[in-house]
Amino acid sequence: MNFHNVINEIEKADPEVYERLDGRRTALKGFAKMAGKITLAAAPVALGGMFKKAYGQTSTAIVDVLNFALTLEYLEAEFYIKGLAAANLIPAGVARAAFQTISAHENAHVTFLRTTITTLGGTPVAKPVFDFSGGNGSGIGPFKDAFINYPLFLSVSQALEDTGVRAYKGQAGALISNNDVLTAALRIHSVEARHAAHVRKMRKEMGAPQDPWITLKDTGGIGAVVQGNYNGEENTVQAGVQITNIAPGITAAIASESFDEPLTKAEVLVLIDGFIV
Amino acid sequence: MLTKNSSLLLTDAVKETNIAPVNRRNFLRYAGLSAGMIAFIGACKKDDNNTGVNLGSGDTGVLNYAYALEQLEAAFYIQVISTPYTNITAAETGYLTDIRDHEIAHREFFKKVLAANAIQGLEVNFTSINFSSRDSVLATAKAFEDLGVSAYNGAGKLLTDANNLLVAGKIVSVEARHAALIRDLISDGSFADSSVIDANGLDVVRTPNEVLTIAGTYLKTKVNASNLPTS
Repeated sequence: MNFHNVINEIEKADPEVYERLDGRRTALKGFAKMAGKITLAAAPVALGGMFKKAYGQTSTAIVDVLNFALTLEYLEAEFYIKGLAAANLIPAGVARAAFQTISAHENAHVTFLRTTITTLGGTPVAKPVFDFSGGNGSGIGPFKDAFINYPLFLSVSQALEDTGVRAYKGQAGALISNNDVLTAALRIHSVEARHAAHVRKMRKEMGAPQDPWITLKDTGGIGAVVQGNYNGEENTVQAGVQITNIAPGITAAIASESFDEPLTKAEVLVLIDGFIV
Repeated sequence: MLTKNSSLLLTDAVKETNIAPVNRRNFLRYAGLSAGMIAFIGACKKDDNNTGVNLGSGDTGVLNYAYALEQLEAAFYIQVISTPYTNITAAETGYLTDIRDHEIAHREFFKKVLAANAIQGLEVNFTSINFSSRDSVLATAKAFEDLGVSAYNGAGKLLTDANNLLVAGKIVSVEARHAALIRDLISDGSFADSSVIDANGLDVVRTPNEVLTIAGTYLKTKVNASNLPTS
């Protein structure tokens, strides 16, 4: 979409649009400034913000979803910052490079979501205090050794990424009224899935009985402590269609792998509760 | 001035223009949209009168669009497994067989859900792929998976029914898992590199026309997306 053409088209039909937007020059300059500052990829959301200003849109529900996503991104971002800072945890080479990549994305998501929330007229939630042991602040939860025990670090990473995918998926419907925000959320969602696939492959290569995709509700050997994060993934019925045996060779395992399942906000908040002090 | 629900209304208005133009005037009056917004809708609309298998309009069209891509992917992996490349490893065979089966499941799902509205089976053209070469097969797989991710990411906003959006979401993350794995098979650690993820940490997104232009290289049957919604 050519934004200048859009502005021109609107001007033809609604000469007052620039008064609404504080004048064409300011509007375009403001847009260019925004686009320059937060890069072109964020421009659709920025444009949405401009129209919000012009036509008085507000959407508390969408800001609420974005603040929920922001909370998850804070959690992931800080987890990787701490992991990368921990001495003798992540091996140098491909492993460390992978977590640097993942960390950079989570940090970018935090910045992007904060910017988007502000652009929509909302207030980004503050970063909670995290307890990565999963102990609600006690520091002695089930993952207390995550920053000194690399396999445990990988397990927590996998659970966070797979759960992040489920969380974003569960919010898509709540964003259907805002194309720009929905598209941005989908674009984050697939990045989280790429992360999850890579971490799952890392664990597979260290012996975990799993693939980059989720088979039934299997935890890939992590165990009961994360079972809740995978419950529901065994679903094989999509939009009323039974996928198992839909074609020769499509077992229940394959059917479950072929579709990732969502979680509601409430379900996710229960799952991450131990990490939040 | 618009109400606080205006973004929902605008979205619906945009979709209405693509599905039932006669409703637009009444709808806009109800929504209180300005003429500017009508222009905005017009500016976003693109006419494309190419011929070929017509995907249709509305959510059905978008689902047929996904069905077309799943047909392409399934056909590709079926060929990969029936004529494995030289020196394929057991691990690679396992991964690629799983991916083949996932794509078949997706293809059959869309066929069943679309029922009478489903487009025909598409004829593929894989003459540019060397199935005996690991490099050629994995490079094509990477292109297809990244393309699929970008297609679903771009198609989400075109859907009006939240149930359809949810199903698309359930599939796109599996395509993203495939993309990551294929990329790692080519070069370990490239699962989400800067060729697909931008500085905001956002994955690649494409419009149907962009996607079908790329996919067209591998399709003998021409696909016509001119009736798809554009926003």
